[in-house]
Amino acid sequence: MSAKRSQNDGGASSRGSHRAGEPTRVVGKPLRKVDATDKVTGKTLFADDLVRPRMLYCKLLRSHLPHATIKNIDLGPALAMEGVVAGLTGAEMPIQFGILPVSQDEHALALDKARFIGDPIAAICAEDEETAEAAIHAIKVELEPLPTITGIEDGIKIDEPRIHDYGTRGNVHKVVNLQFGDVEAGFAEADHVRDDVIFFEGNTHLPMEQHASLAEWSADRKLTLWSSTQTPHYVHRALAKVLEMPAARVRVIACPNGGGFGGKSDPFNHEIVVAKFAMMTGRPVKVTLTREEVFYCHRGRHPVLMRIKTGVKKDGAITGMHFQSALDGGAYGSYGVASTFYTGALQTVTYKIPRYHFQGIRLFTNKAPCGPKRGHGTPQPRHALEVQLDKIAEDLKMDPAEIRLKHLTPPDSVTANYLKIGSMGLGECIRKVVAGSDWKNKHRKLPYGRGVGIACSSYLSGAGLPIYWNHMPHSGVQLKLDRSGGVAVFCGSTDIGQGSDSVLAYVVAEVLGIDPFDIRVVTADTDLTPVDLGSYSSRVTLMTGNAALQAAERARELVAKAVAEKLEAKVNDIVFADGRVFRASNPDEGYSFAKAVQYAEAKFGTIGTVGSYTPPRSPGRFKGAGVGPSPAYSYSAAVVELDVDPDTGAPQVHKIWIGHDIGKSINPLLVEGQVEGSVYMGLGEAIMEEMVYRENRNMVHKIPSMLEYKSPTTFEMCDVETYLIEDPDPNGPFGAKEAGQGPLLPIMPAVANAVYDAVGVRIDEIPVTAEKIRRAMRDKERGREGRFGPTKFPDVDWGDPLVVPPPWEGGDGKPLEEEALKK
Amino acid sequence: MSDHRVIPEPPKTVLHMKVNGVRIEEAIRPHKTLLEVLREDLLLTGTKHGCELGECGTCAVLVDGEPVLSCLVLGVACQGKSVETVEGMANGPELHPLQEAFAELGAAQCGYCTPGFLLTAKELLDRDPDPSRETMIAALAGNLCRCTGYLKIYEAIELAAARMRGVK
Repeated sequence: MSAKRSQNDGGASSRGSHRAGEPTRVVGKPLRKVDATDKVTGKTLFADDLVRPRMLYCKLLRSHLPHATIKNIDLGPALAMEGVVAGLTGAEMPIQFGILPVSQDEHALALDKARFIGDPIAAICAEDEETAEAAIHAIKVELEPLPTITGIEDGIKIDEPRIHDYGTRGNVHKVVNLQFGDVEAGFAEADHVRDDVIFFEGNTHLPMEQHASLAEWSADRKLTLWSSTQTPHYVHRALAKVLEMPAARVRVIACPNGGGFGGKSDPFNHEIVVAKFAMMTGRPVKVTLTREEVFYCHRGRHPVLMRIKTGVKKDGAITGMHFQSALDGGAYGSYGVASTFYTGALQTVTYKIPRYHFQGIRLFTNKAPCGPKRGHGTPQPRHALEVQLDKIAEDLKMDPAEIRLKHLTPPDSVTANYLKIGSMGLGECIRKVVAGSDWKNKHRKLPYGRGVGIACSSYLSGAGLPIYWNHMPHSGVQLKLDRSGGVAVFCGSTDIGQGSDSVLAYVVAEVLGIDPFDIRVVTADTDLTPVDLGSYSSRVTLMTGNAALQAAERARELVAKAVAEKLEAKVNDIVFADGRVFRASNPDEGYSFAKAVQYAEAKFGTIGTVGSYTPPRSPGRFKGAGVGPSPAYSYSAAVVELDVDPDTGAPQVHKIWIGHDIGKSINPLLVEGQVEGSVYMGLGEAIMEEMVYRENRNMVHKIPSMLEYKSPTTFEMCDVETYLIEDPDPNGPFGAKEAGQGPLLPIMPAVANAVYDAVGVRIDEIPVTAEKIRRAMRDKERGREGRFGPTKFPDVDWGDPLVVPPPWEGGDGKPLEEEALKK
Repeated sequence: MSDHRVIPEPPKTVLHMKVNGVRIEEAIRPHKTLLEVLREDLLLTGTKHGCELGECGTCAVLVDGEPVLSCLVLGVACQGKSVETVEGMANGPELHPLQEAFAELGAAQCGYCTPGFLLTAKELLDRDPDPSRETMIAALAGNLCRCTGYLKIYEAIELAAARMRGVK
């Protein structure tokens, strides 16, 4: 089916001569990662492993109050201590920064007020870490407490004091109201309408590596920052801005990340502070956050309260959906505006939704800021949708797998909210997990206490638009071939463990017919590598893969021309394979790759090529259309089988079957690893992980430690059966789509649905813990609904919707003008 | 904010121990943990840390063959003992079968927890050359990994164990 599909138009996307479905030698093979040996021998240098001569250590003083005016900060007693070299307060770095251009609301150190417990307000650097730690406690700080905004309800109701002086109003950061078609008409023609309120508690990334950064300032006024960041390019921009330096003199090197999951995607206070200290002292300065501080940095999953109202025909066909979400944003903007849009963006890409209305609101609250965690803003609404679909199937007496299969969004279509779907392998994902799990013999047929649940999902393979408005490529690759036969790939992408360095090597090796382990990969260094926007939104394989493909094909063309000339052959008769360049019709006629490069260098001069990738333009032309489009959507389906202890309510997941539509695996071993890791993290979110605060204890974080923040150990992790569905997407390199985030999404709803199958109670709140299950069971024993979860969605002033008619109502992606609305 | 006095620096202690088979003699500050001694004094940064509170297992090393959380043990408590870190697992240029299998089967994603898992697994295979999944799950329950979901780690340990037993 993919051969018939045409590539999305627009952009500088290039796939050159490598079409999906061609035989490959490297791509598609379960090779080890290019950095695997370093990782198993302890040689990989993470940010905290770096040591420089004369290095100083930095510590941050963080607010112990959730919301307070800073009356005075006296660094004097700290600076007087032996071994203390310098101190900083916000006044020295007043320029604001933030990841999104619309939310430049952070200071390197709080300037006038502290907005959550853990907000950095002063910093010290000293000869050693212990002295720095002792010194921050010697700083004299006068904080005057302000009333606290504790959550979604507060944020909607309490306008004063405002946590920030920008946003929609009061403590409302952002309101979104997008209407695609007449949803009320959809409900009117429905046979059945369901209205559910569901809550998804926040949780955090918990990467094993604590964030660390090391800054060095040279006498020629150049700054270098090594950091555990997923987005060196954005850190680069933030440093230049806040430190008022020419960006050309700032170098950011992202070290390999010891896990990211979205938690290292913002520019952070500590990165700017150590840079400033290095400039002040002329010495290298390092900071390593404690685990507790990592909880305060957060930027994890938003707590989201959702209301989902869906109309369906008797056969389960959706006639209209109205989705409302309220996000507890925490104290800063971070990616929050995008997160808000994402809670309403991807509902339409799995099942046909002819009319769709989305309303979302994000509140500022006095907690650690929320942001992007694996799945960014989409797991919560996906959970609500998939749980409600399970209820609808029950109401209509349909099989939950069948209802999904019957109403899939078709491939090569445009959704009500103007997302362009390319390849769509969800049907096959569902069929695989249904068969593999023996679903038909289990669903509603297992003994009391045991159950199965199914859910599906979809995710982006990179966002269609960059974070800051520009017309440049999202990813760039440079390739250097030298006369030794050596090949070096340069790319700004950042390996956070997902294997992005390896993807570059595999793609280039495939095109040039060489061994990927002979390739030198240089990444994530703003001085040496062309910009790649970073390791977020599952964009790297698709975008850097395409850029690498373009660069490699350009290099291949040069070498092929030179060799063709030597062999007096046609260029298209030249083959690159097994480290040789030779004539297809007579493989004995040819040269080693090194010799071939020498001929190319003699003919053309030094061999270097570039490749770049820009996503195709999306059809949406309304404000907010920038969030949701992607060059390709991955799809996943999961079946969960679990036990619920009838006495305690404790869930124990036994096995998860997951089908993932990857398009094409560049490396199936690594894809499987991403899928299994996603399932694991989804399982943690489903049954235990939560980022919670003590509202009655001044918003103290309840669990800022790895012991108290429960995450799955080997004991809680279950067996996983993975099915990779390969339906190459024309926009992906070799047809590849994402794997790192999508497979997390179906796990939470599949668990909640399985709990219902096991004991007949609905837990409409994540995480689905033993306590909640037991309470719902008791509720049921007393003859009530047998449900645990929120009952109402707060009243919100949504303002007027932006009305965009869907494509099938004659829409062109543009919003209706006001005059048209009045008619 | 409370007053914090800097406690006068105690004299350094000379620590004698064997690290990866090599005798070392190092003057260390007596309050330093084994983790800090390894990373900061001996520059063996292969041993990582995820919490420094004994909660995550990332900093596991072997002390006299037993897995130990190096963030919870003082350096001076290792006086006269033998410590093995990830840097000492390979036999010259030859990787340990566990290292080889972890690399081969994708058991190390970000690689940060990997040294702790490798050493915990090594101790397991030292006492049980053919562990069941259940044994493995129990042995590794103190090590957190956020990337893999543990499954590729089990597979790698099984492959290494088979190779070490001479099973082709």
